[in-house]
Amino acid sequence: MEKAIEINNLHVSYYGKEVIQDISFSLGKGKLIGIIGPNGAGKSTMMKAILGLIPKDYGEVKIHGKEIKTMRKNIAYVPQRSDLDWDFPINVIDTVLLGTYPQLGLFRRPGKKEKKWARECLEKVGMEKFAKHQIGELSGGQQQRVFLARALAQRAEMFFLDEPFVGIDVASEQTIINILKQLRDEGKTVFVIHHDLSKVEDYFDDLILINKKLIQSGPVRDVFQRETMTRAYQTNFPFMNMEVGV
Amino acid sequence: MLQFVQDIMNYEFLQKALFTSIMVGILCGVIGSFIILRGMALMGDAISHAILPGVAISFMLGINYFYGAVLMGIITALGIGFVTQNSRIKSDSSIGIVFSAFFALGILLLMKAQTAVDLSQILFGNVLSVRSSDMWLTLIIGVVVLLFVFIFYKEFLITTFDPIISKSYGIPTKLVHYGLMVLLTLVTVASLQTVGVILVVAMLITPAATAYLLTNRLSTMIFLSAFFGAVSSVLGLYFSFKYNLTSGAVIVLVATALFILAFLFAPQQGIIWRSLRSNKKKVSY
Repeated sequence: MEKAIEINNLHVSYYGKEVIQDISFSLGKGKLIGIIGPNGAGKSTMMKAILGLIPKDYGEVKIHGKEIKTMRKNIAYVPQRSDLDWDFPINVIDTVLLGTYPQLGLFRRPGKKEKKWARECLEKVGMEKFAKHQIGELSGGQQQRVFLARALAQRAEMFFLDEPFVGIDVASEQTIINILKQLRDEGKTVFVIHHDLSKVEDYFDDLILINKKLIQSGPVRDVFQRETMTRAYQTNFPFMNMEVGV
Repeated sequence: MLQFVQDIMNYEFLQKALFTSIMVGILCGVIGSFIILRGMALMGDAISHAILPGVAISFMLGINYFYGAVLMGIITALGIGFVTQNSRIKSDSSIGIVFSAFFALGILLLMKAQTAVDLSQILFGNVLSVRSSDMWLTLIIGVVVLLFVFIFYKEFLITTFDPIISKSYGIPTKLVHYGLMVLLTLVTVASLQTVGVILVVAMLITPAATAYLLTNRLSTMIFLSAFFGAVSSVLGLYFSFKYNLTSGAVIVLVATALFILAFLFAPQQGIIWRSLRSNKKKVSY
């Protein structure tokens, strides 16, 4: 089976401090994969390093066996919602339209075809009624759905989402997870940084559990165990006795 | 006003002044839109001040001030980036350090140069003394800048709105940033004659800020901003000509008057409608 992603020996520093130490894993295509670990475990940093958004000290990242630089068009990223200018003069549909840029390349502009596709993506997340709203007018959950629509508009093979469920309403979370599962069923690979451990088993097929180093990666039932979780979080997980039945 | 129109028909220097100032108004409006959305108003101020030594050296060497000014603008943009990235000094401070140093150097050099250059003309502009060569220079800069913005509109839009996503799309965000700095420098140089070094920043941010209060679409904002810039220039020129006032100062005050109107009366963002709406809300509780 072809590997969707292969990470070897990944080391990443942030302001001179090594945040990611020697992480290696490889996972197959068509999976919904959760990235979990305690606060400060380096989940976002690892994702950014994989995406080539921040430099790595050393290590190897292969996406479908290729370097990230040649795969950018096929990779959609939904960062944390925090640092955006919410007063920016752009409305919802134009935000989704940005997702068509990678396919368009340098000199082409989005035309009728792209606009129609952006609208379809907006319908998928149930936000078509808000097409003409300025993005700052939306609630957190609505904004997150719009950014997912933008990711969909990219027609990517692989999706990376950084804490998509933080600070959003239950209905939006439901919509988003359903779409992610649908993407998985279409054979796409979806990575989600996640911290609500109660949903882990419902949401994901595979897990990558890290705390600066890789604790374990693989199918949820192997990774989501009291022993491994305790090692990652450096604290006891009494609740897991009930939930996982270890 | 009729008299003014007639004078424009009659005097070539007025035609040049009018054409140049409209062009400058449009250019400042367009580039200014990106500058304010990127939170780089201070950068605009810095570059406009820092080109002064470039102007002085150009005069000493007897070349067109354009070359020296553009070179200095680029050095400034790079210098500020270098100081910010290689020390703990934050960008507003490094902007302050770099541009005031260059500005000071420029003043000394201009004093030493003792050419026909009138310092106050560079500092405050004098649109009525625009020569043909200045006009053509402005036109060429204008065409280049507008063409760049048109061709790379997509890239300017997305790097301004969402730099992180731009990077993940593989767009060279740093290159776009420095490209914009070059365009900013060109526009600043073009504005020297009309508004002068000190007030360029007002032409960059005031019409753009006015437009920003009136729309939620970037493309509309750019057109409105260019329009306000041009209107400010024309009205400013008129008052400057009629009452024999410094052109730069008058143009800036006209732009400010437009801003105040938008600030008060803009349908969505204006403070008057906003306070009316919030009063209504209070009543309905």
